[in-house]
Amino acid sequence: MASHDMTPADDPERHLPTDHNPLPALGGDQPTGPSASAFQEVQASPEFAELRSRFRRFAFPMTAAFLIWYFAYVLLSTYAESFMNIRVFGNVSLGILLGLMQFVTTFLITWLYIRHAGKNLDPLAASLREKLEGDAR
Amino acid sequence: MTALQTTLGTPWLNITIFAVFVLITLVIVIRVSRGGRKGKDFYTGGGSFSGRQNGIAIAGDYLSAASFLGIAGAVAFYGYDGLLYSIGFLVAWLVALLLVAEPLRNTGKYTMADVLSFRMQNKPVRTAAAISTLAVSFFYLLAQMAGAGTLVALLLGISADFAQMGVIAIVGLLMIAYVLIGGMKGTTWVQMIKAVLLIIGAGILFFWVLGRFGFNLSDLMGAAAAKGNSEVAGSGDKLLHAMSKYGTNKLGFISLSIALVLGTAGLPHVLMRFYTVPSAKEARRSVSWAISLIGAFYLFTLVLGFGAAAIVGQKTINTLPGKSNAAAPALAFYLPGAGTAGTVFLAVIAGVAFATILAVVAGLAITASASFAHDIYNAVIKDGKADPTSEVKVARATVVVIGVLAIFGGIAARSLNIAFLVSLAFAVAASANLPSILFSLYWKRFNTRGTVLSIYGGLISALVLIFFSPAVMAPVGSTKPLATAMLPDLHWGWFPLDNPAIISVPVGFLLGVIGTLTSKETNPEKQAEMEVRSLTGAGAEKASIH
Repeated sequence: MASHDMTPADDPERHLPTDHNPLPALGGDQPTGPSASAFQEVQASPEFAELRSRFRRFAFPMTAAFLIWYFAYVLLSTYAESFMNIRVFGNVSLGILLGLMQFVTTFLITWLYIRHAGKNLDPLAASLREKLEGDAR
Repeated sequence: MTALQTTLGTPWLNITIFAVFVLITLVIVIRVSRGGRKGKDFYTGGGSFSGRQNGIAIAGDYLSAASFLGIAGAVAFYGYDGLLYSIGFLVAWLVALLLVAEPLRNTGKYTMADVLSFRMQNKPVRTAAAISTLAVSFFYLLAQMAGAGTLVALLLGISADFAQMGVIAIVGLLMIAYVLIGGMKGTTWVQMIKAVLLIIGAGILFFWVLGRFGFNLSDLMGAAAAKGNSEVAGSGDKLLHAMSKYGTNKLGFISLSIALVLGTAGLPHVLMRFYTVPSAKEARRSVSWAISLIGAFYLFTLVLGFGAAAIVGQKTINTLPGKSNAAAPALAFYLPGAGTAGTVFLAVIAGVAFATILAVVAGLAITASASFAHDIYNAVIKDGKADPTSEVKVARATVVVIGVLAIFGGIAARSLNIAFLVSLAFAVAASANLPSILFSLYWKRFNTRGTVLSIYGGLISALVLIFFSPAVMAPVGSTKPLATAMLPDLHWGWFPLDNPAIISVPVGFLLGVIGTLTSKETNPEKQAEMEVRSLTGAGAEKASIH
């Protein structure tokens, strides 16, 4: 079995003074960090695959969407001036209105992401983190 | 011409309020910085700020004098195009929120290079990342220092050359003092105070202006256009139409848009702010706070710009030193009726703008010194074996060197266009930093050669294109000197746009791919650790407990 499954008492390396400790994962900045094989095991686990896909299924399409919407606005403003100059009400043109819509969508995407992360990502990430750090301790 | 038209308000009052701001912020820096001499405290304030505090500080860092004075001025003269310009700065934060902030917090410690070198060969990647960090920080720093000179000319009535140089030197010395005394903790507090004051100040102007026009944006825009048309026929109509500023340079504007939207999440001083919070969740909250504050602020500046055009008028603004940059201060002066109230209000707004520059340069100096001490001195020169005390000593010495360089650079660059220098920093950040950050976080196969090629390729292509652009020299074959260029009499320019991002950003991404595919290096162990850490936060740096 991988070393992270051993309790600290079982781990022979733990009894050595730290400066003699040959395992790089146990030296340096994180003396109690999870081992390399523990990370690989978690990476291969279905829970982690689920976390990664939940994150990517939201973040990647959303990034594509706001970039397309932003550059569409920039291109319409630069190459479709007369369209953007159409007055919608009073002196406010379609371009100004769409520009204000960029603010609205930015706030909206921020809110949606925070909701998604709090509901769908954080609990799963926390349980994986506890599993990893609990094992290493 | 009366004194009021050459300088706004009363110079001695402005100077007094500047001094009060400096004094108060210095006292705060000294108070918050007691204890904490370790690297962690100096670089990241011990990682102990809350998401909200850090978000306010990010807004303070980001809303530089260039955005406060520059965007309000752009709206006052070009209306629609000014709005168009500010949107890129805001939307860019979604890249940071969705793709960069949290994984960066989970995998790094102090600098951008921590993340880039995580699963790569340490030395070449850290060297490249540190060089690009220093380059971006330096351009940004120059812009702020040059801005300090302009601002002071405008508000203190100091236009003599040596006096402007003196002011730039004072800004540099104050910056060194803030950073050496307060480290990241002190600087963060200055940024928070400044952000709150700036947003409150702009908010008061916003409601005051809108209130005068019955909270009707259309009426405000109509009044701005009418005032402009009454001064110079047709100049008011420009405010309402797209492309009155960028119409002659459309491709250049698209290139600028790319730099803005992709540059923010590659700015090293922005990235470093994600390490000053204890967890990824707080990093997320930081960015959402920053987005709310920055978004609100740009909505305020839109109204401020139209308000300045309607109430002060473009003609009057143009007679002031600093021209369009004077729109917001001029509005603060004329809105209460140009009397005593206007004088005081202007002095406060000017004090906030001055504090803005100090806070931003201090944040930049910390980033650059951390990158030098942590990435070059410790990791490359000392093989990662430097003890933390000497690393911090090196960082502090670097702050002094950067401060001195910034003073001389700022003096040399004081006549350059501030917006151009800022857009240059964004272009380099988008071309050299963002591609490698995204690849190292999301592309399993990415490796050392890809990282190094992407950073140097993005950096060099951006700098070379800038150098041969109309911003620096006159085009090849032209006979007349180009007055707006840095070197008006040199006729070697072959790149037609004044922003390189449209070419250099794809170059950065493409070289990352080519470098990766031509190298067989893989490191599945470290890749697993990085990916698991980036998403779960396991084993991430914790906040130090005081």
